Amino acid sequence: MVSLKCPVCGGEVQVDDNALPGEIVEHECGAQLEVFNDHGRLSLRLAEQVGEDWGE
Amino acid sequence: MILGVSYDLLRWEERNLIEEAKKIGNKVYPLFTKDMTFLTSEDAWYQDVDAVIQRNTSHSRAVATSMLLESMNFRVYNDSLSLVRCENKIQTTFLLRSRGIPVPKTAIAFSRDKAMEMASKLGYPVVIKPVEGSWGRMVARAQDEDTLRSLIEYQEFTNLQYKTIYYIQEYVNKPNRDIRIFVIGDEAPVGIYRVNEKNWKTNTALGAIARPLKIDEELRDLALKVKEIIGGFFLGIDVFEDPERGYLIGEVNGVPEYKNTVRVNQFNVSGFLLNKLNEVIKK
Ligand SMILES: [Zn+2]
Repeated sequence: MVSLKCPVCGGEVQVDDNALPGEIVEHECGAQLEVFNDHGRLSLRLAEQVGEDWGE
Repeated sequence: MILGVSYDLLRWEERNLIEEAKKIGNKVYPLFTKDMTFLTSEDAWYQDVDAVIQRNTSHSRAVATSMLLESMNFRVYNDSLSLVRCENKIQTTFLLRSRGIPVPKTAIAFSRDKAMEMASKLGYPVVIKPVEGSWGRMVARAQDEDTLRSLIEYQEFTNLQYKTIYYIQEYVNKPNRDIRIFVIGDEAPVGIYRVNEKNWKTNTALGAIARPLKIDEELRDLALKVKEIIGGFFLGIDVFEDPERGYLIGEVNGVPEYKNTVRVNQFNVSGFLLNKLNEVIKK
Protein backbone atom coordinates (compact mmCIF):
# COMPACT_ATOMS: atom_id res chain seq x y z
CA MET A 1 0.00 0.00 0.00
CA VAL A 2 1.10 3.57 -0.57
CA SER A 3 -0.05 6.44 1.54
CA LEU A 4 -1.34 9.42 -0.42
CA LYS A 5 -2.77 12.74 0.63
CA CYS A 6 -6.45 13.58 0.20
CA PRO A 7 -6.64 16.81 -1.82
CA VAL A 8 -9.91 17.74 -0.08
CA CYS A 9 -9.27 17.23 3.65
CA GLY A 10 -5.52 16.66 3.64
CA GLY A 11 -5.97 13.33 5.40
CA GLU A 12 -4.12 10.13 4.62
CA VAL A 13 -5.49 7.72 2.00
CA GLN A 14 -4.15 4.19 1.58
CA VAL A 15 -3.97 3.14 -2.05
CA ASP A 16 -2.93 -0.20 -3.50
CA ASP A 17 0.66 -0.31 -4.79
CA ASN A 18 -0.45 -1.45 -8.22
CA ALA A 19 -3.29 1.06 -8.48
CA LEU A 20 -3.77 2.42 -11.98
CA PRO A 21 -4.67 5.94 -13.09
CA GLY A 22 -8.43 6.29 -13.31
CA GLU A 23 -9.08 4.20 -10.24
CA ILE A 24 -11.71 5.69 -7.92
CA VAL A 25 -11.11 5.86 -4.18
CA GLU A 26 -13.65 6.97 -1.59
CA HIS A 27 -12.20 8.88 1.34
CA GLU A 28 -13.73 9.02 4.82
CA CYS A 29 -14.23 12.78 4.45
CA GLY A 30 -16.80 11.97 1.75
CA ALA A 31 -14.68 12.92 -1.22
CA GLN A 32 -14.62 10.77 -4.33
CA LEU A 33 -11.05 10.72 -5.55
CA GLU A 34 -9.33 9.61 -8.71
CA VAL A 35 -5.83 8.16 -8.85
CA PHE A 36 -3.64 9.86 -11.43
CA ASN A 37 -0.05 9.81 -12.50
CA ASP A 38 1.63 13.01 -11.36
CA HIS A 39 4.91 13.05 -13.25
CA GLY A 40 5.66 9.43 -12.47
CA ARG A 41 4.16 9.33 -8.97
CA LEU A 42 0.70 8.19 -7.98
CA SER A 43 -1.40 11.02 -6.67
CA LEU A 44 -5.03 11.84 -5.95
CA ARG A 45 -7.37 14.45 -7.35
CA LEU A 46 -11.09 15.04 -7.08
CA ALA A 47 -12.89 12.54 -9.31
CA GLU A 48 -14.65 13.78 -12.39
CA GLN A 49 -18.41 14.34 -12.12
CA VAL A 50 -20.60 11.93 -14.06
CA GLY A 51 -20.92 13.46 -17.51
CA GLU A 52 -23.97 13.86 -19.73
CA ASP A 53 -22.52 11.31 -22.15
CA TRP A 54 -21.43 8.72 -19.59
CA GLY A 55 -22.64 5.19 -19.46
CA GLU A 56 -22.56 1.85 -21.12
CA MET B 1 -1.10 -10.52 -28.19
CA ILE B 2 -0.12 -7.07 -27.06
CA LEU B 3 -3.28 -5.36 -25.96
CA GLY B 4 -4.10 -1.74 -25.27
CA VAL B 5 -7.04 -0.97 -23.02
CA SER B 6 -8.31 2.55 -23.61
CA TYR B 7 -10.25 3.83 -20.58
CA ASP B 8 -11.07 6.93 -18.58
CA LEU B 9 -12.40 5.31 -15.41
CA LEU B 10 -11.11 2.05 -14.01
CA ARG B 11 -14.35 0.20 -13.31
CA TRP B 12 -14.65 -3.47 -12.38
CA GLU B 13 -14.75 -4.38 -16.08
CA GLU B 14 -11.51 -2.63 -17.03
CA ARG B 15 -9.63 -4.03 -14.06
CA ASN B 16 -10.95 -7.52 -14.82
CA LEU B 17 -9.99 -7.26 -18.50
CA ILE B 18 -6.44 -6.25 -17.62
CA GLU B 19 -6.10 -9.06 -15.06
CA GLU B 20 -7.56 -11.73 -17.36
CA ALA B 21 -5.37 -10.60 -20.26
CA LYS B 22 -2.24 -10.94 -18.16
CA LYS B 23 -3.44 -14.31 -16.88
CA ILE B 24 -3.54 -15.76 -20.40
CA GLY B 25 -0.15 -14.33 -21.25
CA ASN B 26 -1.07 -11.16 -23.10
CA LYS B 27 0.98 -8.05 -22.57
CA VAL B 28 -1.24 -5.14 -21.58
CA TYR B 29 -0.85 -1.40 -21.92
CA PRO B 30 -3.48 0.42 -19.87
CA LEU B 31 -4.19 3.57 -21.90
CA PHE B 32 -5.66 6.15 -19.54
CA THR B 33 -7.33 8.62 -21.86
CA LYS B 34 -6.67 11.64 -19.70
CA ASP B 35 -2.93 10.95 -20.00
CA MET B 36 -3.05 10.37 -23.77
CA THR B 37 -2.18 13.04 -26.30
CA PHE B 38 -1.95 12.93 -30.05
CA LEU B 39 0.24 15.15 -32.17
CA THR B 40 0.32 15.02 -35.96
CA SER B 41 4.06 15.59 -36.09
CA GLU B 42 4.82 12.70 -33.75
CA ASP B 43 4.71 9.00 -34.44
CA ALA B 44 2.33 6.75 -32.53
CA TRP B 45 3.61 5.41 -29.25
CA TYR B 46 3.17 1.72 -28.55
CA GLN B 47 3.82 0.73 -32.16
CA ASP B 48 3.73 -2.93 -31.14
CA VAL B 49 0.09 -2.95 -29.96
CA ASP B 50 -1.92 -5.64 -31.81
CA ALA B 51 -5.35 -4.48 -30.69
CA VAL B 52 -6.98 -1.87 -28.51
CA ILE B 53 -10.12 -2.53 -26.52
CA GLN B 54 -12.22 0.61 -26.25
CA ARG B 55 -13.56 1.02 -22.70
CA ASN B 56 -14.11 4.74 -22.18
CA THR B 57 -17.10 5.56 -19.97
CA SER B 58 -17.61 8.87 -21.73
CA HIS B 59 -19.03 8.37 -25.21
CA SER B 60 -17.26 11.37 -26.68
CA ARG B 61 -13.92 10.13 -25.37
CA ALA B 62 -14.69 6.63 -26.65
CA VAL B 63 -15.53 7.80 -30.16
CA ALA B 64 -12.64 10.27 -30.32
CA THR B 65 -9.99 7.82 -29.10
CA SER B 66 -11.29 5.06 -31.40
CA MET B 67 -11.17 7.50 -34.34
CA LEU B 68 -7.67 8.69 -33.49
CA LEU B 69 -6.27 5.21 -32.98
CA GLU B 70 -7.92 3.90 -36.15
CA SER B 71 -6.51 6.76 -38.15
CA MET B 72 -3.08 5.74 -36.86
CA ASN B 73 -3.77 2.21 -38.18
CA PHE B 74 -4.41 0.50 -34.87
CA ARG B 75 -7.11 -2.16 -34.70
CA VAL B 76 -9.70 -0.89 -32.26
CA TYR B 77 -12.67 -2.78 -30.79
CA ASN B 78 -15.21 -1.33 -30.95
CA ASP B 79 -14.38 0.90 -33.89
CA SER B 80 -15.68 4.45 -34.01
CA LEU B 81 -18.33 3.88 -36.68
CA SER B 82 -20.00 1.11 -34.65
CA LEU B 83 -19.79 3.25 -31.55
CA VAL B 84 -21.55 6.13 -33.29
CA ARG B 85 -24.27 3.78 -34.53
CA CYS B 86 -24.83 2.54 -30.99
CA GLU B 87 -24.70 5.90 -29.31
CA ASN B 88 -27.04 7.82 -31.58
CA LYS B 89 -30.45 6.27 -30.94
CA ILE B 90 -31.91 7.72 -34.13
CA GLN B 91 -29.34 5.85 -36.14
CA THR B 92 -29.63 2.63 -34.13
CA THR B 93 -33.41 2.48 -34.38
CA PHE B 94 -33.88 3.50 -37.99
CA LEU B 95 -30.91 1.55 -39.31
CA LEU B 96 -32.15 -1.63 -37.63
CA ARG B 97 -35.70 -0.95 -38.80
CA SER B 98 -34.58 -0.47 -42.40
CA ARG B 99 -32.91 -3.86 -42.29
CA GLY B 100 -35.99 -5.64 -41.01
CA ILE B 101 -35.12 -5.88 -37.32
CA PRO B 102 -38.17 -5.42 -35.06
CA VAL B 103 -37.94 -2.24 -32.97
CA PRO B 104 -40.49 -0.33 -30.87
CA LYS B 105 -42.56 2.16 -32.87
CA THR B 106 -40.46 5.30 -32.76
CA ALA B 107 -41.06 8.83 -33.98
CA ILE B 108 -38.51 11.56 -34.55
CA ALA B 109 -39.64 15.19 -34.74
CA PHE B 110 -37.81 18.49 -34.95
CA SER B 111 -40.41 20.81 -33.51
CA ARG B 112 -42.54 20.72 -30.41
CA ASP B 113 -45.82 20.69 -32.37
CA LYS B 114 -44.79 17.82 -34.57
CA ALA B 115 -43.54 15.91 -31.53
CA MET B 116 -46.97 16.28 -29.91
CA GLU B 117 -48.64 15.22 -33.13
CA MET B 118 -46.51 12.10 -33.40
CA ALA B 119 -47.18 11.20 -29.77
CA SER B 120 -50.95 11.23 -30.41
CA LYS B 121 -50.35 9.03 -33.41
CA LEU B 122 -48.36 6.54 -31.29
CA GLY B 123 -50.96 6.68 -28.49
CA TYR B 124 -50.26 7.38 -24.82
CA PRO B 125 -48.37 6.48 -22.74
CA VAL B 126 -45.25 7.36 -24.72
CA VAL B 127 -41.61 7.42 -23.77
CA ILE B 128 -39.31 10.34 -24.52
CA LYS B 129 -35.58 9.71 -24.61
CA PRO B 130 -32.51 11.81 -25.30
CA VAL B 131 -31.00 10.99 -28.69
CA GLU B 132 -27.77 10.19 -26.86
CA GLY B 133 -27.43 9.04 -23.28
CA SER B 134 -27.22 6.04 -21.01
CA TRP B 135 -28.08 4.52 -17.67
CA GLY B 136 -31.72 5.59 -18.20
CA ARG B 137 -30.94 9.25 -17.62
CA MET B 138 -33.62 11.67 -18.86
CA VAL B 139 -35.72 8.79 -20.13
CA ALA B 140 -39.30 9.59 -19.13
CA ARG B 141 -42.77 8.20 -19.63
CA ALA B 142 -45.66 10.53 -20.39
CA GLN B 143 -49.17 9.31 -19.61
CA ASP B 144 -50.84 12.22 -21.40
CA GLU B 145 -50.31 15.33 -23.52
CA ASP B 146 -49.82 17.61 -20.55
CA THR B 147 -46.98 15.54 -19.16
CA LEU B 148 -45.30 15.15 -22.53
CA ARG B 149 -45.42 18.90 -23.12
CA SER B 150 -43.67 19.47 -19.78
CA LEU B 151 -41.05 16.81 -20.49
CA ILE B 152 -40.34 18.39 -23.86
CA GLU B 153 -39.88 21.75 -22.16
CA TYR B 154 -37.47 20.21 -19.69
CA GLN B 155 -35.48 18.66 -22.53
CA GLU B 156 -35.23 22.02 -24.28
CA PHE B 157 -33.73 23.59 -21.18
CA THR B 158 -30.99 21.01 -20.77
CA ASN B 159 -27.59 21.23 -22.39
CA LEU B 160 -28.12 18.00 -24.31
CA GLN B 161 -26.54 18.05 -27.72
CA TYR B 162 -29.79 17.10 -29.43
CA LYS B 163 -32.20 18.99 -27.21
CA THR B 164 -34.43 20.13 -30.08
CA ILE B 165 -34.69 16.71 -31.64
CA TYR B 166 -37.50 14.69 -30.13
CA TYR B 167 -37.17 10.93 -29.92
CA ILE B 168 -40.56 9.56 -28.94
CA GLN B 169 -41.38 5.92 -28.61
CA GLU B 170 -44.42 3.81 -27.88
CA TYR B 171 -44.43 2.43 -24.37
CA VAL B 172 -43.82 -1.29 -24.78
CA ASN B 173 -45.98 -3.27 -22.40
CA LYS B 174 -43.15 -5.59 -21.44
CA PRO B 175 -43.08 -7.75 -18.34
CA ASN B 176 -41.23 -6.19 -15.40
CA ARG B 177 -37.94 -7.03 -17.05
CA ASP B 178 -35.94 -6.72 -20.21
CA ILE B 179 -33.10 -8.68 -21.74
CA ARG B 180 -29.46 -7.75 -22.11
CA ILE B 181 -27.67 -10.09 -24.46
CA PHE B 182 -23.98 -9.88 -25.32
CA VAL B 183 -22.40 -10.41 -28.69
CA ILE B 184 -18.70 -11.20 -28.59
CA GLY B 185 -17.06 -11.73 -31.97
CA ASP B 186 -19.41 -14.00 -33.93
CA GLU B 187 -21.17 -15.46 -30.90
CA ALA B 188 -23.86 -14.48 -28.43
CA PRO B 189 -22.70 -16.52 -25.44
CA VAL B 190 -24.33 -14.90 -22.45
CA GLY B 191 -27.06 -12.58 -21.26
CA ILE B 192 -29.20 -11.52 -18.34
CA TYR B 193 -32.72 -10.52 -17.51
CA ARG B 194 -32.86 -7.16 -15.83
CA VAL B 195 -35.78 -7.32 -13.46
CA ASN B 196 -37.30 -4.29 -11.79
CA GLU B 197 -40.45 -4.79 -9.74
CA LYS B 198 -40.75 -1.14 -8.76
CA ASN B 199 -39.71 0.91 -11.76
CA TRP B 200 -40.60 0.43 -15.44
CA LYS B 201 -37.02 1.35 -16.25
CA THR B 202 -34.88 -1.77 -16.13
CA ASN B 203 -31.37 -0.29 -16.05
CA THR B 204 -29.25 -1.99 -13.42
CA ALA B 205 -27.89 1.51 -12.76
CA LEU B 206 -31.41 2.25 -11.48
CA GLY B 207 -31.72 -0.73 -9.19
CA ALA B 208 -32.85 -3.52 -11.50
CA ILE B 209 -31.69 -6.98 -10.47
CA ALA B 210 -29.79 -9.25 -12.83
CA ARG B 211 -30.99 -12.82 -13.37
CA PRO B 212 -29.40 -15.47 -15.59
CA LEU B 213 -30.87 -15.71 -19.08
CA LYS B 214 -31.26 -18.86 -21.12
CA ILE B 215 -30.57 -17.81 -24.71
CA ASP B 216 -32.98 -19.37 -27.19
CA GLU B 217 -32.18 -19.74 -30.86
CA GLU B 218 -34.44 -16.89 -31.94
CA LEU B 219 -32.74 -14.49 -29.57
CA ARG B 220 -29.26 -15.60 -30.58
CA ASP B 221 -30.04 -15.20 -34.30
CA LEU B 222 -31.55 -11.79 -33.68
CA ALA B 223 -28.53 -10.62 -31.69
CA LEU B 224 -26.10 -11.77 -34.38
CA LYS B 225 -28.18 -10.05 -37.06
CA VAL B 226 -28.03 -6.82 -35.07
CA LYS B 227 -24.26 -7.16 -34.84
CA GLU B 228 -24.03 -7.65 -38.59
CA ILE B 229 -25.86 -4.36 -39.14
CA ILE B 230 -24.29 -2.25 -36.38
CA GLY B 231 -20.78 -3.68 -36.68
CA GLY B 232 -18.37 -3.87 -33.79
CA PHE B 233 -16.91 -6.78 -31.88
CA PHE B 234 -18.39 -6.52 -28.42
CA LEU B 235 -21.99 -5.35 -28.03
CA GLY B 236 -24.58 -5.30 -25.27
CA ILE B 237 -28.02 -5.49 -26.87
CA ASP B 238 -31.20 -4.51 -24.99
CA VAL B 239 -34.28 -6.48 -25.96
CA PHE B 240 -37.91 -5.96 -24.93
CA GLU B 241 -40.39 -8.80 -24.87
CA ASP B 242 -43.65 -7.58 -26.35
CA PRO B 243 -46.64 -9.80 -25.50
CA GLU B 244 -47.82 -9.80 -29.15
CA ARG B 245 -44.84 -9.03 -31.34
CA GLY B 246 -42.15 -10.91 -29.45
CA TYR B 247 -38.60 -9.57 -29.28
CA LEU B 248 -38.02 -5.89 -30.04
CA ILE B 249 -34.55 -4.34 -30.06
CA GLY B 250 -34.35 -1.36 -27.72
CA GLU B 251 -30.78 -0.18 -27.63
CA VAL B 252 -27.31 -1.35 -28.52
CA ASN B 253 -24.36 -0.55 -26.26
CA GLY B 254 -20.89 -0.23 -27.68
CA VAL B 255 -19.01 -0.18 -24.36
CA PRO B 256 -21.17 -2.53 -22.32
CA GLU B 257 -20.76 -3.07 -18.61
CA TYR B 258 -20.92 -6.72 -17.55
CA LYS B 259 -20.09 -7.08 -13.89
CA ASN B 260 -23.57 -8.39 -13.00
CA THR B 261 -23.63 -10.71 -16.00
CA VAL B 262 -20.41 -12.35 -14.84
CA ARG B 263 -21.71 -12.63 -11.29
CA VAL B 264 -25.10 -14.25 -11.96
CA ASN B 265 -24.01 -16.46 -14.85
CA GLN B 266 -20.58 -17.44 -13.54
CA PHE B 267 -19.40 -16.65 -17.05
CA ASN B 268 -16.01 -15.10 -17.72
CA VAL B 269 -16.90 -12.34 -20.19
CA SER B 270 -13.40 -10.80 -20.22
CA GLY B 271 -11.77 -14.19 -20.84
CA PHE B 272 -14.19 -15.03 -23.65
CA LEU B 273 -13.67 -11.63 -25.25
CA LEU B 274 -9.88 -11.91 -25.04
CA ASN B 275 -9.86 -15.40 -26.56
CA LYS B 276 -12.05 -14.24 -29.44
CA LEU B 277 -9.80 -11.25 -29.96
CA ASN B 278 -6.67 -13.42 -29.96
CA GLU B 279 -8.29 -15.56 -32.69
CA VAL B 280 -9.04 -12.51 -34.83
CA ILE B 281 -5.56 -11.04 -34.42
CA LYS B 282 -3.91 -14.27 -35.57
CA LYS B 283 -5.86 -14.29 -38.84
ZN1 LIG C 1 -10.51 13.45 2.49
